[in-house]
Amino acid sequence: MGFKDYCFRKSLWVFHFGGASCNNCDIEILDCLTPRHDLERFGILLVGSIRHADVLLVNGSINRRDKDRLLELYHQAPKPLLVVAIGACGCTGGIFAEGIPFAGPVDKIIPVDAYIPGCPPKPEAIIAGIIKLAGKR
Amino acid sequence: MAVNLLYFFIFPGLLFMALVGGLLSWFDRKITARVQFRKGPPLLQPFYDFFKLLLVKETILPKQGSAFVFLLAPVLALFGATMAGLFILLPLFNIETGFRGDIIVIFYLLTLPSFSYIIGALASGNPLGAVGASREMKLIISYELTFLLLVAAVIMKSGQQFDLDSVIAAQQSATPFIGSISGVLLFIAGVFCIQAKLALVPFDMPEAEAELASGIYIEYSGPPYAMIKLAKYIMLFILPAFLVALLMNGMNPGINIVWLILKILGVVLLLTLIRNTNPRVKIKQASRFFLVWMNLLVVVAIVLIALGL
Repeated sequence: MGFKDYCFRKSLWVFHFGGASCNNCDIEILDCLTPRHDLERFGILLVGSIRHADVLLVNGSINRRDKDRLLELYHQAPKPLLVVAIGACGCTGGIFAEGIPFAGPVDKIIPVDAYIPGCPPKPEAIIAGIIKLAGKR
Repeated sequence: MAVNLLYFFIFPGLLFMALVGGLLSWFDRKITARVQFRKGPPLLQPFYDFFKLLLVKETILPKQGSAFVFLLAPVLALFGATMAGLFILLPLFNIETGFRGDIIVIFYLLTLPSFSYIIGALASGNPLGAVGASREMKLIISYELTFLLLVAAVIMKSGQQFDLDSVIAAQQSATPFIGSISGVLLFIAGVFCIQAKLALVPFDMPEAEAELASGIYIEYSGPPYAMIKLAKYIMLFILPAFLVALLMNGMNPGINIVWLILKILGVVLLLTLIRNTNPRVKIKQASRFFLVWMNLLVVVAIVLIALGL
């Protein structure tokens, strides 16, 4: 692993995209940044602009309206970009998978690097997933 | 010529200031984490961030707006910060004496980063960037007068010395300026001016993470954003160093380098604690705070200096 990759995986900046979510995954993602779990010790920061993002966290079921937004965000982000699908809805569609407005799970729209299942996944599971993702690259 | 290039690029120029500024940025983030009962980032985190942005990420140019000005602005910001730092650190480390009137030059060079952020944000054509830029403009209008009055007060207190070296020498031959009532008032005003210049939390409306999504930096990605980060690291080092040179005695020769480091760390610690214990104010409140209260404080200090206190 070279110097570039080392720097990249030590400093992952996260942009959070919530689809049509029930809000549980959003709260668990925010939990990761609180003092108890403190993702900043791995260099992970939550950024407000997609131009600064290294990781795109997607949660919630993606409906037809969200699909365009998600694609636009994906094209606006500077590459290399890692995409993480969080929760049952992000990974497979969950209970919304057969709904009429459902536009497919995240990996049918954009390439996904990591799946973190759970409804909602625990903060520990999210941290484990992101750390494994950083090690993979 | 060669020695000037050495000064600019290696010591006490770009390389040295970037290293110290990065470590101070880590210090700032670590203290922030400790205040919030978190563990905080590792020691080299600012350098990981910088090299990731510089080497790994791609640059995206805005579709609307001017790409040339957009890319020029970070270079200008980095140049202004490095140049100002050079004029501050050369007299502070007793390397060279500088020239007559260099405090005025430092004052103007220190505003260059803020101005180039405004230019870059407006050139990006992003509406949130434009809002951030207009807020930064209002902030500059607010604090610049206070900062100028502060510099004028220090010049007056040192007996009409217009160069940084003589100001430091005047403090070293007598007492440091902060040892008097007027010096304490000037120090308070100076800390708040630095807070606004660095856009730290009570005055961080230009980048306003919550509503503007990092405002003036919103369109920057990759190497240009890395240069902005570097300029911010350097500013975090040289502004406290400037305050130390103006009011707190600079550095005596010899072992006193430890004392200088402690003084700079103390100022940065104060900035970090103010940042962590205050909410963001509105732009109107910030203007009033500087234009009325801080100016009043500095004018009182000037009157006290004229009375010899």
